[in-house]
Amino acid sequence: MATPRTQLRRLMDYAVLSVLAFVFTLPVTYLFLGSLKPSDEVLNGLSGFLPTHLSFDNYFAVLDALNSESTGYFWRFMGVSLLLAFVVVTGGLFVNSMAAYGLSRLKWRGREAVMTLILLLMLIPFESVAVPLFYMFNDQRNTLLIQALPFIANAFSVYQFHTFFRSIPPSIEEAARLDGAGPWRTFFAIVVPMSKPAFASVAILTFLIQWGSFLWPVLMVSDPSVRPLPLEMSVFQGQEPLDWGQTLAFGVLLVLPVLAVFAFFQRWFVQGVANSAIKG
Amino acid sequence: MNSVDSARPTLPDGEQDPPIISENPTRPGHPVRAKRSTRSARKNRDWVHGLAMSAPAVVGLIVFVGVPFGYAVVLSFYNVRLGSPLAPSFFGLEQYRRLFTDPDLSGPFLRALLNNLTFAGVVVPLQTALALALAILLNRKLKAIGLFRSFFFMPVVFPMALVAVIWRLILARSDQGMLNSALDLVSFGNWGAFSWLGDATTAMASIIVLSVWQGVGFQMVILLAGLQQIPNELYEAARLDRATRWQQFRHVTLPGIRGTLVFVAMLTSVLSFRVFDQVYILVRGGGLDEDATRTVMYQAVTTAFDQNNIGQASAITVVFFLIVVALTLVQRRVVRPGNED
Repeated sequence: MATPRTQLRRLMDYAVLSVLAFVFTLPVTYLFLGSLKPSDEVLNGLSGFLPTHLSFDNYFAVLDALNSESTGYFWRFMGVSLLLAFVVVTGGLFVNSMAAYGLSRLKWRGREAVMTLILLLMLIPFESVAVPLFYMFNDQRNTLLIQALPFIANAFSVYQFHTFFRSIPPSIEEAARLDGAGPWRTFFAIVVPMSKPAFASVAILTFLIQWGSFLWPVLMVSDPSVRPLPLEMSVFQGQEPLDWGQTLAFGVLLVLPVLAVFAFFQRWFVQGVANSAIKG
Repeated sequence: MNSVDSARPTLPDGEQDPPIISENPTRPGHPVRAKRSTRSARKNRDWVHGLAMSAPAVVGLIVFVGVPFGYAVVLSFYNVRLGSPLAPSFFGLEQYRRLFTDPDLSGPFLRALLNNLTFAGVVVPLQTALALALAILLNRKLKAIGLFRSFFFMPVVFPMALVAVIWRLILARSDQGMLNSALDLVSFGNWGAFSWLGDATTAMASIIVLSVWQGVGFQMVILLAGLQQIPNELYEAARLDRATRWQQFRHVTLPGIRGTLVFVAMLTSVLSFRVFDQVYILVRGGGLDEDATRTVMYQAVTTAFDQNNIGQASAITVVFFLIVVALTLVQRRVVRPGNED
């Protein structure tokens, strides 16, 4: 089987892939290395890649710099981002899966019309409602609530759950319902535990989008006490004098939570993205 | 509704017996009837449960998507300014006329439209082709292939705010910038420092490069899933027919993932009209040439936020939406199964 020729081929494959992956991830390497280097060595030509004078000083400096009422507190930015992500993800899972169940498994007049409405709303990107929303909720600026609320109900999530629920054989639910379980109990006790892959992939996708969310905070948040991390990142890198080491350390702290989620739930995520795409 | 009728064992032909259908199903009767009535009562209550279950999401979507969308259309017909003491006045199509023909106002908007078209025109084919190449390359049964896939997918999880900052550093105009020093090295010092973000000729290219870098892994994963749906026997048959690698690609791979490829191209083109974060961040803090890179969404946000001109920003938003919907519809129509070859 493993003739010298196929072995050589395999070796070539690895070589090509390694070179490509190395080049492709250079910016990431640069981010992590630079965050550990003194600032004057970061923007310093190709020697920015040399692992010299490594320390965590930049990280402590960021936490030190963002530690007052006027600049805001780093852990508060992080806390705001985590809280918003938590509310949007869990609230979204609850509300959207429930809607998808009511629309795919319970038979009632008008459900097709409601589903069509949701599919139509799916066509409207958030960008095209950002301006009127900004105007409608202008007196709610700088609150946590208005940062989370518009993103809980999500047409695409409903659609993803809807496709998933329709692929479950109905016999299991029928049995539960014949035993006297109502639709709510059937959903929460039987359908939800069966649908972990769908919940995982919707949760991860929602988390990813919410974590990087930028447009809405730009419009709605000026107060550092409710500012999420990505917005603070742009504020931080726009201040003079710019400290590159600290900026990159900030960047690492911004990306670590989402990298962790990605590392742990990669399979679910990739599967979820792929499934929704193929069926869509 | 038919399931209730067909559940009656004593009435094989419900259609020819209309009085039974109009009979009140909840009226108590003998055991058979009683059972039937609980069934239909359950069916009847399903609409209550169905409505209650879907209500939170539907209400949320109406309040935060449907209503504001309609409101955008309405606002675009008015002269509305935030914080203005003047009451909003009806403006008809004036906002749209200004956007497209007013010599003072149309310039930046039309430039934004052109920039967006350029961005989409380059990014859609480039990113799709690159994602396809990567997907084919990574669609092998090799050890540790998952690790390689993760490397290319990783930037997708990076918030755009961070990606913009990393590339700000790579493309820095000083001769110590990463790209400038690399070019200096390969050209033996003949290539001077260049302001990639600040120069109007390369600003858009810079935005394109960093956007493709961040997004290509997403398309790659989708295409990879598409590739894995192609049965291996097709390749084996092609190899038996002594098809070259190119012929295999042309006659097995491409037809096999055409649907996915269309989906990816469509998704990318819609996404490429939503570009905002990287432009906003790099214009504000990175010395990015504003005029060469402003996009439609950038224009909408600055009009609403910096100029407080809600009416005009809404008109921009409506134009943006029409473009996105047109793209979706055109692509569904043009590349339909059976239209190819």
